[in-house]
Amino acid sequence: MERTRVSEALRTPSQPPPGGSIKKDDRYEPVIGLEIHVQLATATKMFCGCELSFGEPPNTRTCAVCLGLPGSLPVANARAVHFGLMIGLALGSELAPRSIFHRKNYFYPDLPKGYQISQYDEPLCRGGRLGEVRIHRVHLEEDAAKLIHVGSSGRIHGSEDSIVDFNRGGTPLAEIVTEPDLRSPEQAGEWLRLLRSTLRALGVSDVNMEEGSLRCDANISLRAAGGGRLGVKTELKNMNSFRFIERGIRAEMERQEQILRGGGEVVQETLHFDPASGAITSLRSKEEAHDYRYFPEPDLLPVAIDQQMIDAARADMSELPADRAQRYQRELGLSADSAQALSSRAALGDFFEAALAAGAPPAQREPAPPAQTLANWVAVELASRLEDGRGAGGDPSHSRVTPQALARLVAMVAAKRVSVGAARQVLDTLLAEGGDPEAIVQARGLAAIDGGEELAAVVAAALAANADAAQRVREGNAKAIGPIVGAVMRETRGRADGAEVSRLINEQLGIT
Amino acid sequence: MSEPHELTAAQAVEAIAAGSLSAAELFDAYHARAAADRAAGEGGLNCFTWVAGEAPSRAGMRVGESRRPESFRKPDAFAGTALHGVPLAVKDLFCTEGAPSQSGSRILAGYQPPYTATVVARLRRAGTPLLAKTNQDEFAMGSSTENSAFGPTLNPWDRERVPGGSSGGSAAAVAAGLAPWALGTDTGGSIRQPAALCGIVGLKPTYGAVSRYGMIAFASSLDQAGPLTRDVTDAALLLGHMVGRDPCDATSLGFPHEILAPSAERLDGLRLGVPEELSGEGIEAGVLDAFAAALAGAEALGARIEPVRLPHAAHALSAYYVIAPAEASSNLARFDGVRYGLRAADAEELIDMYTRTRHDGFGAEVKRRIMLGTYVLSSGYYDAYYGRAQRVRTKIAEDFRAAFAHVDLLVTPTAPSVAFRLGEKTADPLSMYLNDFCTVPMSLAGIPAISIPCGLSEGLPVGLQLAGPAFSENRILDAAYALEQSLGFDGAHARV
Amino acid sequence: MAAELSAVLDHVARIGELDLDGVAPTSHVVAESIPTRPALRADEPRECLPREVALAQAPAVAGGGFLVPSPQA
Repeated sequence: MERTRVSEALRTPSQPPPGGSIKKDDRYEPVIGLEIHVQLATATKMFCGCELSFGEPPNTRTCAVCLGLPGSLPVANARAVHFGLMIGLALGSELAPRSIFHRKNYFYPDLPKGYQISQYDEPLCRGGRLGEVRIHRVHLEEDAAKLIHVGSSGRIHGSEDSIVDFNRGGTPLAEIVTEPDLRSPEQAGEWLRLLRSTLRALGVSDVNMEEGSLRCDANISLRAAGGGRLGVKTELKNMNSFRFIERGIRAEMERQEQILRGGGEVVQETLHFDPASGAITSLRSKEEAHDYRYFPEPDLLPVAIDQQMIDAARADMSELPADRAQRYQRELGLSADSAQALSSRAALGDFFEAALAAGAPPAQREPAPPAQTLANWVAVELASRLEDGRGAGGDPSHSRVTPQALARLVAMVAAKRVSVGAARQVLDTLLAEGGDPEAIVQARGLAAIDGGEELAAVVAAALAANADAAQRVREGNAKAIGPIVGAVMRETRGRADGAEVSRLINEQLGIT
Repeated sequence: MSEPHELTAAQAVEAIAAGSLSAAELFDAYHARAAADRAAGEGGLNCFTWVAGEAPSRAGMRVGESRRPESFRKPDAFAGTALHGVPLAVKDLFCTEGAPSQSGSRILAGYQPPYTATVVARLRRAGTPLLAKTNQDEFAMGSSTENSAFGPTLNPWDRERVPGGSSGGSAAAVAAGLAPWALGTDTGGSIRQPAALCGIVGLKPTYGAVSRYGMIAFASSLDQAGPLTRDVTDAALLLGHMVGRDPCDATSLGFPHEILAPSAERLDGLRLGVPEELSGEGIEAGVLDAFAAALAGAEALGARIEPVRLPHAAHALSAYYVIAPAEASSNLARFDGVRYGLRAADAEELIDMYTRTRHDGFGAEVKRRIMLGTYVLSSGYYDAYYGRAQRVRTKIAEDFRAAFAHVDLLVTPTAPSVAFRLGEKTADPLSMYLNDFCTVPMSLAGIPAISIPCGLSEGLPVGLQLAGPAFSENRILDAAYALEQSLGFDGAHARV
Repeated sequence: MAAELSAVLDHVARIGELDLDGVAPTSHVVAESIPTRPALRADEPRECLPREVALAQAPAVAGGGFLVPSPQA
């Protein structure tokens, strides 16, 4: 059975490219790695057939297995393995032909068996890369249950009793660990967004930080700028939004910087970031790190991956953002920015491709719009209008604009049958009411002024009405043309082509 | 005409099928005997932790009034089944909905699971109503049933002696005629050794042949359920309805062929290997004599006896006492007082609740093994102990494969001694552990083995063990049957 | 207890005598040489326990959940 391709990046042993912004103190550079837990969107839990819970009443999604009742046994979820393989393939990881589950032993009320079934030194996937960051490993494990603290503050410190709800216990998780390749909080945030859109495109998880289907811890250390020995790292947990992650990392960097500048030493520990106060507090010392007494899980057989499973995983993968962006640039000649904008949000990219395919219907008199022009209209004009609340959740497929309609509109613009300004008005109408751009242009009289006498007459009139401005333009003040153009546009209700208007003004003023 | 309880299970099946005995009659006969032992308290053998009809009770049982399980309500309840209603005693650690499942431990005293172990459910569907739960060493850790939180079980051959363990209650019940047959579990010898000490038949199947779902775990890679019966025919009959893949147990396998009723009259052409390491040093003279006599009997039946070597057998016990406690220390972590079982009263703080619950709930042997298991898994010691022990295990499996290239089956004494006195070995755990040295190697290798009674020493039964490669149960049963017929061992002395 | 454990440890430490170079550990007894389909489960829902049953054996219950003293009280 052939092994999958090992990511190119792994063959080059040197350091990853530096990234990130300039820090206050240039003596130190941060070394940041991320540990991400992704709840997989399977139908059932990792080791039992309970359906996953979405806010059900406590302890209504449990069984003998996920409650850890005596005599119960786990059986691994095939779909979770399938999703794990898809993640590995998307990250260019090496898929282990044989991986095993291990028991991670410790006591806590949210851990019903007194151990978590996870993977230790024989994980499902090793290595890989996404963007600028190398992946260390990806493995499967089960989620813990939920502890609800019943106390005055509702948080761990200072509460007297807790209630355990096992609904979440046993949910499948993929743990993704990166190499410490990140060099700034902003870079970490950016990369995490890329990971999220990749996982979303794969369809393996809801990847929603607020709901807890995407969780991220950060490992942070500082070292002398320019490289050299790694410093002591701390682990920062409990940051449940991208903003908090960036802020938390920055706060921890500053805390470590202060310590080092003061001649002290950073202690290896697990820390908690409180976004409200910006405070960083210790959860427990990693030095007295718990001995988890890992040993191979005897109740589960090794996961043997065969070519059929890999092929099935590959077949289930739609195109990933990074690949889509490359394809747009390569095959359609789109600019990098357009490609990036259309690929990072699948809904936009899908709409764009549908519009591209719709082109101009055969009976139409102009050719299909150029891809870049169409891209601009989708990524800029349409997207911005959707974001300001007019398109349900920013997804064009939920709006009243059809890909065909947009394609036709852009074709009309490209053929100069309607000005850009007028086209924007048409787009607004399409969003509000739907319909067909041709009809809208007709009904509202927005057809471009066809150059020639009609426009020349309006320009002449505008020049006469704005004599002072006209004079200033003659004298070389190019900016003074603004009000004259504005007048023409108002008169023509935006139907004129701006460039053509400027040209006519200059012509009539005798400026070449 | 025999009393109903004097029939073997197979004979009872036939009698019920033929109409000369009713399932209800049989159940009542056994129930009376079992309940009498239960009621006798210290005057009895203490085979049981629960008998049918005893409270607490739930769906499937009626409190007090009727002692027979729900299934008896329908007329011809067992008509369509293979085993026709011959009742079954089941070791305490099998989860049985409606009856306590405590694994012999205070920490689970009175625990009633919401589900039934797969193997028990399968047997019930095959027509064996639940008669009783049997006593055992706590969490199956022990070789004498003296580690039970519910008092020791006595050996029906001599009530001052142990029945062996951990399935002592099951073995004693069958030997005493208080149950026609019983389920036990074997991790390092816990079916075979009590079978030997009680003069009955006990079989440990190939690892994975029988589902472990619903068996309160001791050591996951070693535990296997198996039959304890009066004779080899009954063992085959019960086993046939136990094997088969269970989707709830990832380590369970489909048995590649049917378990057949044994019928061999001779052993012509059978090559029996006697491992040097397991048939001499460390074994009582009386046991060796009975063993030698049995081997002579086998030869008379046409078998060829050859010496073989299992070079790593001497280290099997050590490896076992690393692996089993390690897995147990993890399997028993779930007993924390949170969701079921004992919880120490008045614990105000979590750690306090954990430590006091487990201190109060676990007996000394269990604590010993948890500590041992935790130690051998701990960072810094893992490679020297657990890591090594798993490698020793590989070598032991290789030793068996090499031996089976030359012989068909291996034969050894089952236990190094006859039943010892109560209290004799409790002061020295190591001396107790040594009881298992003939049976542990087969457990480590996951291969099947049976113990049949082959004679007496000092008036107490001696067991003979036959072991074979994975899935060789039919061959083992056939050889055991032929030997059994020729040896003519009579277990009547033990019957109550 | 300590003495007993010591004695047991001494006994089990005998495995240190063996030469085990190049020997793979048996992490799973179910011989991988016996052909089995990968023991994975189809992602199909099975019935959950009713809450009363899940909580039936609990030593302490509150608010539909298992009540425990808080960690770090």
